[in-house]
Amino acid sequence: MKSLQKIDIAARDLSEEVHDANFIGAKMKSERRYAALERDYADPDKLRETAGLIKQHTLENLDTYLEKAEAALQRNGAKVHFAVDDERAKQVVLDIMNEHGCKSMVKSKSMLTEEIHLLDFLEKNGKEVVETDLGEFILQIDHDHPSHIVTPIVHKNRRGIAKSFEREGLGDYNDDPETITRRARKFLRQKYLDADVGLTGANFVSAESGRIALVTNEGNARFCMAANKVHIAIVGIEKLVPSDRELGVFLNLIGRSGTGQQLTVYNQFIGGPKSAGQPHGPEHMHVIFVDNRRSEVLASDCREILRCIRCGACLNVCPVYRQSGGHAYRSVYPGPVGAVLSPLLAGNRFPELADLPKASSLCGACNEVCPVNIPIPDLLLRLRDKAKREKAGDAMKGTPDLTMWAVLCSQPTMWKTALKMGHTMNYIPTEMIPHPSAMSWQSQRKLPKFEGGKFRKWFKNHKSN
Amino acid sequence: MTTCLCDAFYADVAQASVEVLEYLGCDIELPDGQTCCGQPAFNAGDWASARKVLRSALKTFPGDKPIVVPSGSCAAMVFHGALLAFEKETDLPEVKALGGRTWELVDFIVHGLGITEWPGKLDAKLTFHRSCHLRGSESPQAISTLLASIEGLEVLPIDEVEQCCGFGGTFAVAFPNVSKSMGELKVENLTKPEPDIVAAADMGCMMHFGGMMDKKGIETKRMHIAQVLRDSLKNAGKI
Repeated sequence: MKSLQKIDIAARDLSEEVHDANFIGAKMKSERRYAALERDYADPDKLRETAGLIKQHTLENLDTYLEKAEAALQRNGAKVHFAVDDERAKQVVLDIMNEHGCKSMVKSKSMLTEEIHLLDFLEKNGKEVVETDLGEFILQIDHDHPSHIVTPIVHKNRRGIAKSFEREGLGDYNDDPETITRRARKFLRQKYLDADVGLTGANFVSAESGRIALVTNEGNARFCMAANKVHIAIVGIEKLVPSDRELGVFLNLIGRSGTGQQLTVYNQFIGGPKSAGQPHGPEHMHVIFVDNRRSEVLASDCREILRCIRCGACLNVCPVYRQSGGHAYRSVYPGPVGAVLSPLLAGNRFPELADLPKASSLCGACNEVCPVNIPIPDLLLRLRDKAKREKAGDAMKGTPDLTMWAVLCSQPTMWKTALKMGHTMNYIPTEMIPHPSAMSWQSQRKLPKFEGGKFRKWFKNHKSN
Repeated sequence: MTTCLCDAFYADVAQASVEVLEYLGCDIELPDGQTCCGQPAFNAGDWASARKVLRSALKTFPGDKPIVVPSGSCAAMVFHGALLAFEKETDLPEVKALGGRTWELVDFIVHGLGITEWPGKLDAKLTFHRSCHLRGSESPQAISTLLASIEGLEVLPIDEVEQCCGFGGTFAVAFPNVSKSMGELKVENLTKPEPDIVAAADMGCMMHFGGMMDKKGIETKRMHIAQVLRDSLKNAGKI
């Protein structure tokens, strides 16, 4: 059907294998999330609301907190850079590598590096880059990209991964997960030792202390910093929290919300480069704060989306994500958060992604699980309004034009006439109604019997008796 | 507020709502000029059309009497969605006032009228679809409270209660494949415990997943929560 939305087509065409991997993975994490929060907190919603308020406060005073963070980081001995957009951010990374004479990089997981396509850029400029998060490593060797913020290869299964490892010369075909992991570990150990520079993201940055909080389940971010002289942390400007004190709220929420873990396995706090008395650690630390249209989002009526701590809970619970998978969203950030964030970060390419906010039944499950209480459905609605007003892209594809309907519904006399005329619907085979929306409806469901005006008639008689 | 769906398709749901409220001593008025709450256009992104329809509702429902709606989603449209759609409009205060006195039916019975026990009788097993627009409101608890107090009625738990049925207004026609998969899951979860009745508080959801049940030939009885309350009163000889 010509009027189908891209995400609907993607969901229809998804293989059963990938659908089930996405669906089961998401459902399992949702259930674990619920169990972990309900078990540990009398009222998890209060914690979510608190976290949301802290983040909103930080965003509303972001200028102040960024200055504070810059000063604290400098005090700690780090060099601070600001990058206005993706091009600048990539250039800063390259410049730092060149300045220190670095040729090869090991990096931990960072959605921001996906957003700015850092790997391709560095490789084109003659640098070697190795992803060390197991999921991201598998994506790298497959030239694939993440379909989920936290579990980037949720769309893959071990048989496919075993084939990739065989192809890459990492051993004979073996789809035992432990064997796969051991092989990756062995391969990556040497890479950690050989690399000149370690790059990480940041889950949170404390403006007061300049401390960077990083959470991983594999400890790979620590390894990335273990054997080289230079550490680069690349950070979206929305990652700030006012002080170390607030980290307690967020570290308790991020693991529980994302994977149902009470605490992510490795929680790392980076205070700066190696100090004089410290035997190990990078001698140089560079922190790059990246805007890349976040200021524009902050100035828009969807600014609450910048509270996001990238836990993935909204993806896992979202029925549309469960059916369509992350790649259907055609952008770095999939699922409900992506349906808001990706079109906003696209800038003047908004029309290309203006259909994403339509891919939701507005059920609100995302809002209910969000650790920072982002009113995602409201933001999706605002973007639908924007897309309609700007006649942007394919947003309205498949949605009936409701202009005439609105006229009908604002003229009570016409409405009542329509209630009478509607009865003709009962005398024609409704499958034959030649309207795309009616056809779409009828392909899956039967329409109920039309009984327009029946209640009004009953009520009138009832009142007069 | 009848809702457009009850006005056009589900007369008995509106009638049951009136009968239930009258049993509780309410005097019901039915403003003749009412049409729809504007939600289809609002959700479709056509906020200009939604405002047009809501302005008509403003004229139709003057005064300060409570407005009771047998639909969580229409109620949420009036007390929440409308505030977004009118954010930059000069008549926002009127819209706020309208929202401030709009109630979902069972929320009104329990929290507006203070009724916490339902003196009905219904020998049946029932599964309940917790419509998404009840999220964050007092309605789900109100509905559980009343259903639990009906003599003979057993409410069976369902899997994935938080998952949407896949209706979502125009979403159902713009995303037919996703909507269908969601609907099939919901029908499976609602019928798996083999209930006598599948109930919901929103005819929008019911039109969608009920229409799928009809297409599949699943004959389990479907009732709006107002009909459950009304029929149980009849069985108990109260009305």
